[in-house]
Amino acid sequence: MKQLEMFMRQHPWSWSFLAAFLTWAVTAAYISGTGGLALASTALSFSTFFVMVGIGQMFVITLGPGNVDLSIPSTITLSAVVSMMVMDGTNAMILPGILAAVGVGVLVGLFNYGLIRVLTIPPIIATMSSSFLVQSSAIALGRGVKIKPPAALEWISTAKMLGVPVLSLLVIAFAIVMAVLLNRTVYGRSVTAFGQNTRAARLAGVPIERIRYLTYTLSAVLAAVCGVFLAGFSGGSSLNMGEEYLLASIAVVVIGGSSIAGGNSNVPGIFGSALFLFLLVAMLNTFGAAAGLRLILTGLIIVGVVTFAGGRKESR
Amino acid sequence: MTTETVSPLISLTGIQKVFGAVQALSGVDLNIHTGECLGLVGHNGAGKSTLMNILAGTLEASGGSLSIAGRDLGQGYAVQDAGRLGIRCVFQEGSLCPNLSVAENTRIIHPVLKGFGWRPRAAAVIMEQLDLIFPGHGVSAFDIVGDLSISKRQMVEIARAFTVTDTGIRLVILDEPTSSLDARVAEQLLDYVGRVAGEGISVILISHLLGEILQVSNKIAVMKDGRVVAFRDASGFDRSSLVEAMGSTVVAGVAPRRDAEHRKTVSEERIHMRPPEQPDDQSVRAQAGEVVGFAGLAGQGQTEALLQIFDGHGVLPSGAQDAGCCFIAGDRQVDGVLPLWSIRKNIGISSLKRLLLGMLIQNGKERELADAWKERIGIRAPDVEAPILSLSGGNQQKVLFARALGSAADIVLMDDPMRGVDIGTKNEVYAIIRQEASQGRTFLWYTTEMEELDYCDRVYVFRDGVISETLSGSDITEENVLKASFKQVSGAA
Repeated sequence: MKQLEMFMRQHPWSWSFLAAFLTWAVTAAYISGTGGLALASTALSFSTFFVMVGIGQMFVITLGPGNVDLSIPSTITLSAVVSMMVMDGTNAMILPGILAAVGVGVLVGLFNYGLIRVLTIPPIIATMSSSFLVQSSAIALGRGVKIKPPAALEWISTAKMLGVPVLSLLVIAFAIVMAVLLNRTVYGRSVTAFGQNTRAARLAGVPIERIRYLTYTLSAVLAAVCGVFLAGFSGGSSLNMGEEYLLASIAVVVIGGSSIAGGNSNVPGIFGSALFLFLLVAMLNTFGAAAGLRLILTGLIIVGVVTFAGGRKESR
Repeated sequence: MTTETVSPLISLTGIQKVFGAVQALSGVDLNIHTGECLGLVGHNGAGKSTLMNILAGTLEASGGSLSIAGRDLGQGYAVQDAGRLGIRCVFQEGSLCPNLSVAENTRIIHPVLKGFGWRPRAAAVIMEQLDLIFPGHGVSAFDIVGDLSISKRQMVEIARAFTVTDTGIRLVILDEPTSSLDARVAEQLLDYVGRVAGEGISVILISHLLGEILQVSNKIAVMKDGRVVAFRDASGFDRSSLVEAMGSTVVAGVAPRRDAEHRKTVSEERIHMRPPEQPDDQSVRAQAGEVVGFAGLAGQGQTEALLQIFDGHGVLPSGAQDAGCCFIAGDRQVDGVLPLWSIRKNIGISSLKRLLLGMLIQNGKERELADAWKERIGIRAPDVEAPILSLSGGNQQKVLFARALGSAADIVLMDDPMRGVDIGTKNEVYAIIRQEASQGRTFLWYTTEMEELDYCDRVYVFRDGVISETLSGSDITEENVLKASFKQVSGAA
């Protein structure tokens, strides 16, 4: 018990897994039978998308106060619309469709960075205003027509092996790569130094403008890729598909134990808190809470977790 | 006009101030009489500003006693008490709120201006004072301070300090008041200072312009290393005796200057940088293996010159190779320390490319680098995995030295990096600098400590953002540096 406590103190991300597990256990006990396993499987499916955008958002938040990417939802939508149009329901066009989505991500990242750098707009305003432009482009392009995803894309987005979603396995592998990127590469170190003290990082030789550009691009590209799989998962693109990812992308970063003040982040926590966020909603649904109550409770629990996590970190 | 028999208005006895391990003031005795103008001079870091902050109540003395108008003020003396006792202060950095108007700024120190119509009343108070001190000032009471030029801001700041509403003024402290005023306006101020003395208001004037001090002061105090080293009637001083009193009275240990024989072996020029506003043809030049000093009063453009070089301005292709420049901060919390990291990561950040295997940083190699420098520069920590913030200030500074010197950079820029570093560490670092220079590194070293210039092959003295004098070899003397520090460079603002 003592050792467990030590471990949790040293690894702030472990709290989110504990919270996810407890929420799951309570819900599973309530519904009884094999429902619990099905719930876990569903949670893995849905949390996959939170993780994809959460990792991008995490790199952005690591850059320090004021850095947050609000254009994630609209990028998800635009990339879904563009990739579905390129694929046009045929398996042969899946790869070009994904490349087109990545292209959308690179463009949005470049645009965000341009606003921040050239017009010296604070990142939160820059990404918010670009999100309007991106969303409008999606509306203009898609005209509300829902194009069905190619069968192979739909399969990979929804298939399960022994109850484990295939996509979530891919995302776990991807998250491991991202954790290595954060902790063991020059880029990751540079991002972390940037968030601690930008001026000191610059004077220590960190090319801060390049790091900022790469980070906003990474976030947009991940959102774009998420858009493709989300369209595959939900049978096509829709104009409001990115909506819930605005607050969720930030919440998974913060609940996962990354510092909202920047310079101190981790990848595993994003997984734990993505599971937790989904299971929390599922639990409240199971208890028959009305939509309003569910939102209130979700908000309160997030505030509670962040307060608790923040207070604990300071005492270290 | 004053006599020693009258009890002094302000009496400081044995004032001490300690910041961590640094003794900023070590027993200052000073008396100021009513209607007296005291000139206070001394080098940067002599303790002038610290002493004035204690007098104004913004810092608390670590020891000694302070009495004002016969009242002994012990512990807990604070800014509000200073205000009540009629002590006003014009700080060097400026204390006006840039988003408020001139009148609103005046209200801040006059709580009595309240109720309906306070703005016009505040405006009347400040305008009257501005007209009195600086006729033809061109400031309106409803100008927003942030929109005013720096010299107008300075005028408002000074005039505000002399405004009176409910409490009278006994003492006004002017810390470098003329630094951003042109000669005519400065003359108006000095003239006014002479006049208020007759009205029973005392003034303490801090200035690096010795002419001003000699012109208006009745008494002059010279500070050095946290003490008052000379204190007598102004008539007892002239310019050269003041400079002498400010300088080191004891000849420091023999200069460790490297001989010319060393320099003739190097020839590769690495830096050739001309400050943008430089009116003549002087420029910063540095070769491989040279230690080049930047001197002059604080904030005369030395740091800016270093930053320009850091950004590649004036670095010749031979010096830029791939590693370029590294920078050792003096203001370590702002410019240097990465606070969430261990000692190891703080040292490694400037050397990451050399620690790679493929795309991955080898933590083991980084640890070797950090351990080697911990040993060489004597960082007192149990382990390089300890957080940098667990170290004392001086040891944090050593980590910054290790970061820069451990990198591959050929050019090392130092921004007065010895602030708050104890003497033992300094000597260790001096030895390392000499050693590294002899292996071909170039050092550009801004320092406010005269003795450190002895390690330099050449010294550029800065004034108003440009080089006022280039000194080399045996010309690098304290006297020459001081003279150049106060020299007006033609063509500069």
